[in-house]
Amino acid sequence: MTEITLENLAHSYLPNPSGDADWALKPMTLTWQDGGAYALLGSSGCGKSTLLNIISGLLVPSQGRILFGDRDVTGLPTMERNIAQVFQFPVVYDTMSVRENLAFPLKNRGLAADVIASRVAEVAEMIGMTGVLDRRARGLTADAKQKISLGRGMVRQDVNAILFDEPLTVIDPHMKWELRTQLKDLHRRFGHTMIYVTHDQTEALTFADQVVVMYDGRVVQAGTPQALFDAPEHTFVGYFIGSPGMNLLDARIDGATAHVAGTEIALAHGYGALAGKTQIGIRPEFLRLGAGGAGLPFTVKRIEDVGHHRIVRGQVERADVNVIVPEGQPIPADTDRVIIDPAHAHVYVDDWRADPARQERAA
Amino acid sequence: MEKPLNNRAWFLVLPVLALVAFSAVLPLMTVVNYSVQDTFGNNQFFWAGLEWFQDTIHSDRVRAALGRQILFSAIILAIEIPLGIFVALNMPKKGAWASFCLVTMALPLLIPWNVVGTIWQVFGRVDIGLLGYTLTKLGIDYNYVNDALDAWITVVVMDVWHWTSLVALLCYAGLQSIPDAYYQAAKIDQASRWKVFRYIELPKMQGVLLIAVLLRFMDSFMIYTEPFVVTGGGPGNATTFLSIDLVKMAVGQFDLGPAAAFSLIYFLMILLISFVFYTVMTKEGETL
Amino acid sequence: MAAVAESKGRGAALVMALYLLFLMLPIYWLLNMSLKTNTEILGAFSLWPRNPTLENYRTILTDPSWYMGYVNSLIYVVMNTVISITVALPAAYAFSRYRFLGDKHLFFWLLTNRMAPAAVFALPFFQLYSSIGLFDTHIAVALAHCLFNVPLAVWILEGFMSGVPREIDETAYIDGYSFPRFFTRIFMPLIASGIGVAAFFCFMFSWVELLLSRTLTSVNAKPIAATMTRTVSASGLDWGVLAAAGILTIIPGALVIWFVRNYIAKGFALGRV
Repeated sequence: MTEITLENLAHSYLPNPSGDADWALKPMTLTWQDGGAYALLGSSGCGKSTLLNIISGLLVPSQGRILFGDRDVTGLPTMERNIAQVFQFPVVYDTMSVRENLAFPLKNRGLAADVIASRVAEVAEMIGMTGVLDRRARGLTADAKQKISLGRGMVRQDVNAILFDEPLTVIDPHMKWELRTQLKDLHRRFGHTMIYVTHDQTEALTFADQVVVMYDGRVVQAGTPQALFDAPEHTFVGYFIGSPGMNLLDARIDGATAHVAGTEIALAHGYGALAGKTQIGIRPEFLRLGAGGAGLPFTVKRIEDVGHHRIVRGQVERADVNVIVPEGQPIPADTDRVIIDPAHAHVYVDDWRADPARQERAA
Repeated sequence: MEKPLNNRAWFLVLPVLALVAFSAVLPLMTVVNYSVQDTFGNNQFFWAGLEWFQDTIHSDRVRAALGRQILFSAIILAIEIPLGIFVALNMPKKGAWASFCLVTMALPLLIPWNVVGTIWQVFGRVDIGLLGYTLTKLGIDYNYVNDALDAWITVVVMDVWHWTSLVALLCYAGLQSIPDAYYQAAKIDQASRWKVFRYIELPKMQGVLLIAVLLRFMDSFMIYTEPFVVTGGGPGNATTFLSIDLVKMAVGQFDLGPAAAFSLIYFLMILLISFVFYTVMTKEGETL
Repeated sequence: MAAVAESKGRGAALVMALYLLFLMLPIYWLLNMSLKTNTEILGAFSLWPRNPTLENYRTILTDPSWYMGYVNSLIYVVMNTVISITVALPAAYAFSRYRFLGDKHLFFWLLTNRMAPAAVFALPFFQLYSSIGLFDTHIAVALAHCLFNVPLAVWILEGFMSGVPREIDETAYIDGYSFPRFFTRIFMPLIASGIGVAAFFCFMFSWVELLLSRTLTSVNAKPIAATMTRTVSASGLDWGVLAAAGILTIIPGALVIWFVRNYIAKGFALGRV
């Protein structure tokens, strides 16, 4: 097992990329630590599959290097990278039994029969398939097949990382949760580096220690689920993570004051001169409703009760704003204000979070 | 999901039933009728019982033709199925070159069968054919008109030329349906080329291979026009396959009774062997 | 994926080139001959025509006894294709959607007709069609070819139809469509490629068949293939004209392939992959 480093990596499917739009992956530098559970999160077309294919060796990047430990594997084929991959649709060798499926990668590497037998037994135990080892793989359910693909990866002791490419796509909803829990458990017990590609934030946040969010060919933020929630570096992260996502309001920033919808709001930090489109972002969890008095003018459109809390959907001028009201708190009928908690409000310039400290220094 | 039971569906099948009854059952009845009667001409028939069937089964001529037929079909399957798979594996996946390959390969399939015969008849001629001429120039004694072995080789090569593409196209369709993920997984598992074929490609081609084997068996077992044009069944009876022999008997000699009995036995043989193929191959599929 | 394609490489291209060469050589030779005069064919051996001439083609295209052969062939082939598809559509729908008394036996029995050697049926067909006055008509050949094309069409169409989810039928009925309207407006467009494939196969097998079409015709509906066999013996082996006639029989097939080239691969799997 090793650390995986992406060094100034970029990829374009075109032979001579010119503009920004020609790059499927924009230059990035990133380190995946040994034994980490990572999620690669983004909507379809954001470049996460391209990145995964580069790591697995199916694509050679247009520029930059990939290092496994100190070893440059940029030009190496998949076979020599010692990685395992679980695909979107289950890949099993239909005509083989479960046991033969699990033994296949070891047999191809010419291991001794008794070593193979003991490894297969071990892995079958890990993925909970000891009872069906002699069943033919063809007739199994999708989740069992996915477990076999995973087992085929874990059976090799030298595996550097296990990659998951939206592995739960074809799994029944009630099995998804169970499989995810098992994965998490396996990660804790055996400490493989795992990279999990998905467009589902729940999957990403429950599985990973570190979530890498991609948007339009860029890594917009990499961090713990908590960091993504507390301080989204990009409006996309704010919008994509959380349910509902972060509220964004056009604002004029003047020092430590934001002007929104003709109202002044005091911010927790001061900002210097900001050029470009400026917005403030605030999660629905950090908004309070009010009637008259302070706050932004707010019109309630709809109230959704989702059990443990309620979501109030409304508008500040023409911008949609959602507010989460915890259980037990009343929603006054005459609600016409929404109040921002300045400690959790962020300022965005052209979609990127403005860092108050740095701005202060610059000013 | 279980299909619903609905006997009114019979109405939808009626047109087919009527048409096939007219174009298959009626003529078949005629054949059955002939097979149990004898005639001295003038449309006078009398009952001959199972005599013709016994004659046919014991006839050396029919047995010899059957032997040649089985040998021919066996050779054809032994060459065309592996060759077709091999060609399919080497076909490009997409692009202009792939379209070109597809179109060129399909071409022999749409040439009228007697023209196929004509093409090879000309192609193999020692005086004006490229193949015959070249072989002769190379000092190889080749003459499909006089030499039974040469005639056989010509007919077999012709059939390979004519039909291998069908097998290849079927297999190609099977291969196209394999998602890339399978090949990627195989790479990660370090499977050899042979194992990729054995455990990924072959299982996925099984359905189309069944169709290919059945079609090739049935059609090679019924072959008539192409070898007839090239060799006329000769030299001697060397390339007289069952259909050629049957047409000789029925149309050439007008031996209606024996020909009819022969026909029925012939038909039943194809049914039986096809059924066996089908059963074995689908069984194989379940237990493979 | 790029990596998969790369692994095929040059070896594969070489194999394909050799195979295509094997396929094209005999056809090229026929083309070569069709552009030569008879004297040149029988004279010095040459790999390409020294004095290319279209004379052979002119002979065929100006002589009704030749070109009517093409017309006849095309007429019965088209008739057969239309008949086969028309009757096969409802039957295939029945097989793909319902169980009914004897369905499995009926399906197998239909397929057995595809296995019937044409040689077996040649004589009975001749007598049957003669007795009802259809001998030497296009419809006789078209009907005779239904023997093997209808089962095939049912089989192919059933394969494609089974790929269409049954919910679509149910939704349409709930929306108030009658069966004929549903079938022609909604269902047939869904299996258009299947119909195309089935039509292609019907065309193909009807176009290439000779034994039945020759047996059932004498003058008025004589197919081009039969015209060719006659001329071989009658005109003292006019190789050039024979070759030109052969080349002309390849053209309709080549045209059909060109139109369906994007569906060939899918089509040959008969919708069953």
